[in-house]
Amino acid sequence: MSTEKPSLEELKEEMVSAYPSKVAKKRAGQILLNDVAEDGTVPEIKANTRSTPGIITQRGCCYAGCKGVVLGPTRDIVNLVHGPIGCSFYAWLTRRNQTRPPTEESDNFINYMFSTDMQDNEIIFGGEKKLAEAIREVYDNFKPRAIGVFSTCPVGLIGDDVHAVSRKMSEELGINIFGFSCEGYKGVSQSAGHHIANNQLFKHVIGRGTEAPEGKFRVNLLGEYNIGGDAFVLEDIFERCGITLCSTFSGNSSIDQFERSHLADLNLVMCHRSINYIAEMIENKYGTPWFKVNFIGPDGSAKALRKIAEYFDDDELRANVEKVIAEEMVAVEKAKALYTPRLQGKKAMLFVGGSRAHHYQDLFAEVGMETVSAGYEFAHRDDYEGRDVLHSIKVDADSRNIEELTVTADPEEYRPENADIKQSREEAGMAFSDYDGMMPEMKKGSLIIDDISEHETEILLKKVKPDIFCAGIKEKYGVQKFGIPCKQLHSYDYGGPYAGFSGAVNFFRDIDRMVNASVWKHLKAPWAKGA
Amino acid sequence: MTTAVLEPEATKEAKKTFRKVAIYGKGGIGKATTTQNTVAALAEMGRKVMVVGCDPKADSTRLLLGGLAQRTVLDSLREEGEDLELEDIMKEGYGNTLCTESGGPEPGVGCAGRGIITSINMLEQLGAYEDDKELDYAFYDVLGDVVCGGFAMPIREGKAEEIYIVVSGEMMAMYAANNICKGIVKFAEAGGVRLGGLICNSRNVDREEDLIVELARQLGTQMIHFVPRNNDVQRAEIKRKTVIDWDPECSQADEYRALAKAIDANEKFVVPTPLEIEQLEELLIKFGMFN
Repeated sequence: MSTEKPSLEELKEEMVSAYPSKVAKKRAGQILLNDVAEDGTVPEIKANTRSTPGIITQRGCCYAGCKGVVLGPTRDIVNLVHGPIGCSFYAWLTRRNQTRPPTEESDNFINYMFSTDMQDNEIIFGGEKKLAEAIREVYDNFKPRAIGVFSTCPVGLIGDDVHAVSRKMSEELGINIFGFSCEGYKGVSQSAGHHIANNQLFKHVIGRGTEAPEGKFRVNLLGEYNIGGDAFVLEDIFERCGITLCSTFSGNSSIDQFERSHLADLNLVMCHRSINYIAEMIENKYGTPWFKVNFIGPDGSAKALRKIAEYFDDDELRANVEKVIAEEMVAVEKAKALYTPRLQGKKAMLFVGGSRAHHYQDLFAEVGMETVSAGYEFAHRDDYEGRDVLHSIKVDADSRNIEELTVTADPEEYRPENADIKQSREEAGMAFSDYDGMMPEMKKGSLIIDDISEHETEILLKKVKPDIFCAGIKEKYGVQKFGIPCKQLHSYDYGGPYAGFSGAVNFFRDIDRMVNASVWKHLKAPWAKGA
Repeated sequence: MTTAVLEPEATKEAKKTFRKVAIYGKGGIGKATTTQNTVAALAEMGRKVMVVGCDPKADSTRLLLGGLAQRTVLDSLREEGEDLELEDIMKEGYGNTLCTESGGPEPGVGCAGRGIITSINMLEQLGAYEDDKELDYAFYDVLGDVVCGGFAMPIREGKAEEIYIVVSGEMMAMYAANNICKGIVKFAEAGGVRLGGLICNSRNVDREEDLIVELARQLGTQMIHFVPRNNDVQRAEIKRKTVIDWDPECSQADEYRALAKAIDANEKFVVPTPLEIEQLEELLIKFGMFN
């Protein structure tokens, strides 16, 4: 084995050389060496394009993004899947999202899986009747406040009109019922499903509430999905700071939170990719400004809290925020002192999500770990290069296929005072509707790979030998067979929470356990040569 | 299989002559009418024929059964579930023909193509094609436009082996026939399906016979019979009968007898050579349509 490390340029060459020339050319546009210019500009990456058939991609489908990611974490909307049982069963999020109903009597459907269980018969004769029956059955058994109907591929193929059935049943039963045309085949990845979920929530849920919760500083937290209990950590921090959470999309959430979300004064966007649409639409219709936050990592969390305090320009809030940060940092500093010597200089790779591959770099950096290569599974160019490139993103047939809502200011409910606050803060240098993307914050020369394939992953594992690789369940065991620990960042391997300050402590401990575990040294079979 | 032990040669012979025929053609061209009248003539010749209607309208066996009394395969499947018997979905019609209808959804809902796939699979499961039925022919009467994979089901591997296309001298009918030929080419590569010929169901277009003979020649096939237009067909239909059943003596009955005989004796089975649209237009110009 050569001791000479291949350059990242050579790695890229090795990755694409295995492909047919047309595919190689396409992949070459999605694999690049990060190069941040003096003015902060980064090279253009190809993202949100179709995965090439035959390549083993990490991506999921549109239905997964809509049903699983965005609506899945809400506890009191019944998520009814219109489709065959497999699509329903495998989107049954048994452990991913946690939730805490306020009382024992409160609705909580998270542990259930609802399906129309389409059979041959519904495919041939149409499934609308069975869907209507299923909705009625759900209503009779659970009396939910709302039902969401999710379309799987066959629904789109046979043309069942889930929206018409939802409308009709909504009239019959007197509850809010809405459909999602989120057939799995739509779009190039789960990203299309996020957009569709955003649109329908905006059309059918947001704005129906009339009362905001009591509180001086009311915010919505968008793109926080309560993986491993992250939302619980953040809710605690907010409460101690005196910030009122009007709603979270959609970790530990309920429909009444969604309905009143337009009454908040500020929107905080965590996962830019999956939820920026709602932030934009709420601002256009109700005047609520938004900015990007990152509650992964103590540094990012502190920055975000301070920015919120600055936005509301309130001394008491500032003082509270500083107090909470100081309290929280005690344990964080202790953990950093313990784990940094054990983790310093270790190399991480992050190939996950539409924002996690960025957010978790901060967390690794806190204990001296470097992210040498990263990429998103389903992000768009703005998530890599920043929102400045939005105007230059070409709209292709795949993205045109996803409805884009045109939203204008509501004559009665638009609150110009919030827009005024935004303007004055902007003049003072505060950034809004902002996301600079992953690449400007990554080191020059790190390897960025969009929609990484299994083949490319293996080259990274063999040649760069990271100390930890972060991805999802599909990648986990393949990676670990190379003797490299794989941390799931979709579901946290049942660990977590990792958000905020105390979450970071958990993360450092879990990463230390994985990276410094001796088990990886014993991976080679005793009879294998050179064992 | 006891007969196989007693008369191996005869069984082999019988097996060899079980012919599976699919009738295609533009919507409204008269596929169902032509099929049933031809089947009646084959039955009259003593052939044992099964007709499988592959149209959600379920009207492919009306003339043989004397009405639409038939319960479709898919209706039965819905109502009976797993306890379905062949007798539930197969009725005997004129001349001991066995009649079955796939059925399907109302227009505008569900997936009729999937219905046909399910239905034909069900017929196979129930043994409709087994040797003990001693069939000489199975006829599939398929919905006019082969809009999706389901409507191509009868010509997939192991199903119909020979196809006849009902056509007239009208442009769109010929256009459809040519398109169907393209489909046959595709399935001919994968399976054994072949084109047996064009049946001209006359619309009294000028020089129609010459035109279809020439079209057939260019497609590499034959016009197997020219069925003249005759209102007796409509008269018989009103009585829910085939022409042979309604008036065995009329001249149109002889036309269907001739067609049946030609099919029965046919040995010319080809992979067609579909035309380019320009060739098709030239053909029409040549035969005076565009004057």
